[in-house]
Amino acid sequence: MSRFKPAAHTYTRTTTGWWRKNPYFTRYMAREGSAVFLSMYALVLLAGLNSLSRGEASYNAWRASLATPLAIVFHIVALAAITYHSITWFQVMPKTAPRLPFNAKMLTAGGLAAAAGCSAIILGALLWATR
Amino acid sequence: MGHALKRSGEPPFWALFGAGGMLSALIGPVLIFTTGIAVPLGLLPARTMSYAHVLAFAQNPLGKTAIFAVIALFLFHGCHRMVHSLHDVGIRTGPTARMVFYGAAIFGTFVAMALLVRIGF
Repeated sequence: MSRFKPAAHTYTRTTTGWWRKNPYFTRYMAREGSAVFLSMYALVLLAGLNSLSRGEASYNAWRASLATPLAIVFHIVALAAITYHSITWFQVMPKTAPRLPFNAKMLTAGGLAAAAGCSAIILGALLWATR
Repeated sequence: MGHALKRSGEPPFWALFGAGGMLSALIGPVLIFTTGIAVPLGLLPARTMSYAHVLAFAQNPLGKTAIFAVIALFLFHGCHRMVHSLHDVGIRTGPTARMVFYGAAIFGTFVAMALLVRIGF
């Protein structure tokens, strides 16, 4: 035992798990945690770009790595995390916007509709271009 | 009086955080679903991500721009958020942490640029 033991009323900051005690902070950490998965997904794409620049064999090896169970599980978790980011991003938007000439909730609904529209356009374009 | 305000490096990083946040909110889920789940599991045809198709996309100037924007902005958004969350998980923040995280995003951006150049037109 250290003789420099803190006095009875010394404040000690808790650094682990503090956010699990309150649902508000749990949601906050889930939102911020999505950044880890977004960065990792960017690195997966960067690895794919690197393999693409090295030729067909290398690119196909990258694709094979995407079909492993670990990669599938990672992408399912990442999909959930980034979808949560997307929802919260548009929920926060009215709070950061200047005075709006319409109901602020429309901004959130509009953003989510834009995300759904962009997703549909990308999937449609992919199916059409590679038909 | 006479004190010059110290310039903060925050605004450009904040702008990149915002751009990356918007881009990933709009198309992040569909990209992850397509490249990480639907094509590997066969929900979408394997040819969707064939070497020929993806190479043609990466050689097209618009395709190049899209790939570059996604990788760079996702990295800047992710690294900005992570550096601001370090305190919440009990890690000391400061100039070193900022250098490591923003440095990683800048490095990844340059790697993406170099690879896109190497892939050619």
